[in-house]
Amino acid sequence: METTDKHPLNNAFLNALDKSPMDKNKIAIVSGIGCTGRVAGYVNLDSFHTTHGRALPFAEGLKAASPDTKVVVFTGDGDLMSIGGNHFIHAGRKNMDLMVICVNNLNYAMTGGQVSATTPQRAITATAPYGSFCEPFNLPFLAETVGAVYVARWTVYHVREMQKAMSEALNKKGFSFIEIMSPCPTLFERRNKMGSALTRMKFYKENTKVENNADTRNTKISLNDPFTVGKFVDIEGKKTYLEAMNSYYDEAFQSDDEYMRYRGLAQKNYEEGCLND
Amino acid sequence: MTEIRISGYGGQGVILSAMVIGKAAALYENKYSSLAQAFGPEARGSSCSAQVIISDEKILYPYLVNSDILITMSQEAFRKFSPELKKDSGIVVYENELVKPEGLASSVKTFGVPATRIAEEKLGKNIYLNIVMVGFFTAVTKLVSQDSAKKSVQSLVPEHTIENNVKAFDLGYAYGKEHYA
Amino acid sequence: MKSDPRGVLTGVHYIDGDHAACEGALAAGCRYVAGYPITPSTEVVERFAMRIPHIGGIFMQMEDEIASSIALQGAVWGGAKAMTVTSGPGFSLMMEHIGLAVMTETPCVFVNVQRGGPSTGLPTLPAQSDMMQARWGSHGDYEIIALSPNSSQECFDLMITAFNLSERFRVPVMFMMDECVGHMTEKVVIPEADKIEIFERKYTKKKPSEYKPYEPVKDLIPEMAEIGKGYKFHITGLTHDERGYPAMNEENQHKLVSRLMDKIRNYKKEIIMIEEDGLNNADVAVVSYGITSRIAEKAMIDARKMGIKVGKARLKTIWPFADEYINTLSKKVKAIVVPELNAGQIVREVERAARGNCNIISVPHFGGTVHKPEVILAAIKEGAQSGNNR
Repeated sequence: METTDKHPLNNAFLNALDKSPMDKNKIAIVSGIGCTGRVAGYVNLDSFHTTHGRALPFAEGLKAASPDTKVVVFTGDGDLMSIGGNHFIHAGRKNMDLMVICVNNLNYAMTGGQVSATTPQRAITATAPYGSFCEPFNLPFLAETVGAVYVARWTVYHVREMQKAMSEALNKKGFSFIEIMSPCPTLFERRNKMGSALTRMKFYKENTKVENNADTRNTKISLNDPFTVGKFVDIEGKKTYLEAMNSYYDEAFQSDDEYMRYRGLAQKNYEEGCLND
Repeated sequence: MTEIRISGYGGQGVILSAMVIGKAAALYENKYSSLAQAFGPEARGSSCSAQVIISDEKILYPYLVNSDILITMSQEAFRKFSPELKKDSGIVVYENELVKPEGLASSVKTFGVPATRIAEEKLGKNIYLNIVMVGFFTAVTKLVSQDSAKKSVQSLVPEHTIENNVKAFDLGYAYGKEHYA
Repeated sequence: MKSDPRGVLTGVHYIDGDHAACEGALAAGCRYVAGYPITPSTEVVERFAMRIPHIGGIFMQMEDEIASSIALQGAVWGGAKAMTVTSGPGFSLMMEHIGLAVMTETPCVFVNVQRGGPSTGLPTLPAQSDMMQARWGSHGDYEIIALSPNSSQECFDLMITAFNLSERFRVPVMFMMDECVGHMTEKVVIPEADKIEIFERKYTKKKPSEYKPYEPVKDLIPEMAEIGKGYKFHITGLTHDERGYPAMNEENQHKLVSRLMDKIRNYKKEIIMIEEDGLNNADVAVVSYGITSRIAEKAMIDARKMGIKVGKARLKTIWPFADEYINTLSKKVKAIVVPELNAGQIVREVERAARGNCNIISVPHFGGTVHKPEVILAAIKEGAQSGNNR
């Protein structure tokens, strides 16, 4: 995908930001490497463009040190789920308070269109010239399984829904995950004779089925078949990593005078006591 | 400089007894001391050991070369570590119901104590055997003072066990005074 | 400024190097550790995990060393002083993120309790064979700082220096211990907090509109901005300009990389720490570091008893390397003896710095234990018999 500010995805995110009553100073963007990597540089926020696959652990450290910052991770299928897959499952398991936007274009586009962990079977890529023969990840299913509290999938066609999902996720505490299907017309679509970006948008319009709360076992994506979009998971009340740590320690150390409840490490957090619930 | 090998099998508290002796020298006697221990599978296996070096001067070489004193609580450890004893001036401090000190040069001095039985009979728990051994060691070698060793014990064991550990130390110390005065 | 007393365990202790290193970090103000268990470094994070709920900080055990080595950088930008702790195999996994910390000028500390390698090697036994890796392990041209302690006490003291240098120069500092120092228990004196000098991070006081994240302010070092204060700064591992935004061309590459290197090279005097003894009129100098320096000192004492004029230069700072110092030394002595627990790593630097001025004798050892003092003694004797080229 093209990551200019004209891309519907960026527009959706920026609109969601604009509409959010949140203090923009308290929102930070973390990205890794790939087509989404540079997004961090296109938004007027504290922003961190890190290494390939490692946006999540960077974001975890950032969030832990500065708990009053809303940390948004912009990433792609190669970055998040191929090289960074191990970090994804653990960040989900621990319910790290992060909002993760994964732009899934079904291949490694920045490097020239190689097979990724989400490439559908039979799709042709630069490193699967005869077609991919492996089962791809079904990202919403994976996200739900590892413990995400919010899981949605939209396509770049679904601008309003996408923006709504982003607004919801911005207000969500815990590990939230939004998958955005986006074409890669110059590589993936061209190699697989799927037409232009416009054709693909038309495909997204005509061949997606909106089904909120769909069973994520059924949200697989195959090469040319219709697929399901919607908000699949939205649960409340699950403690984030830091909340779990604090409430556990509050109990474990209740009669310990020396115990110091964790409040973040930025000077401001300390002064404001931002993790005091 | 005195080089000490403390040995036994896992669970006897070998490392703690080494800590007590090393800390007594380093913190309460104004001497230098360093402690090195075996890590990894060896530390979790049947035979377990630690080395303590006590010196009036700064310790440079961190490992023992030939031990002046071998403290041992198992026959296997005795077999393994007795060959490294100094031939002319070595001392063996051993648990005399668990170890038979065989094959030593005649110049090696031996001091035996039934530490497990003392711990069991007087304190109701054999886990105190290592501190009985330390008390006994303190009495027979006089390498660190009774006072320093006792302070060291108090600083290293869990608070609720201080009383029993001090008793264990005193019992071992008394046994040493009684049998090897 | 002075250390925060909450992190300072003032008193006299009998603890090993790993534990002392942890106390040093706490005294230095480290309140965030990301780590992954690996022998023989694990005790550092175990102690941190135990102590930190009583100090006001956080330990995060990550899924691997790759995650650890970048989570700590996120924490630094979130306002923390942070470190990660590992040993050989984990250190290998961290290499890419050492480069990221260099490029983004993220102050942080990487602890490597060295064990025998290559690969899984000798998990429970000492080596000093990652010394070159610490300097050159990440790709690209860069400078880092590496320190090497030789006792439990120094694990404490030098760790504070490591944090201070990392903040002063905005550079990752490699804290190069070894299994022997890490697992050797000795007396450690921890002073009162008000006796411990801490280099506090200097956040910019400029207005957001005037602030450029990579504009060097003093000594080639830019100021950091605090997160969430409206600076809306951008940090990237790409070659960037003073505004922090990608600027990928030869000109910016030259400007950035040369500054990243010069901010260390130009301040060597401030960074390099060497402990020396008996070098006046010495025929032989022993250059060593870490645990090996203690064995070297024993050999030196024995050599002096034999009438050999031998002195020592113990490198507490390994990187940047003390080129000028060694060059001057090489003009004064007949020979320099370099024992180390590797196949001969730092001796290459000594040879380079000495430029053929004197005889250089490498005393390699592949690790698993330390040198026998006799082996170093033999090298000192050999050095004393070198032809006089003064």
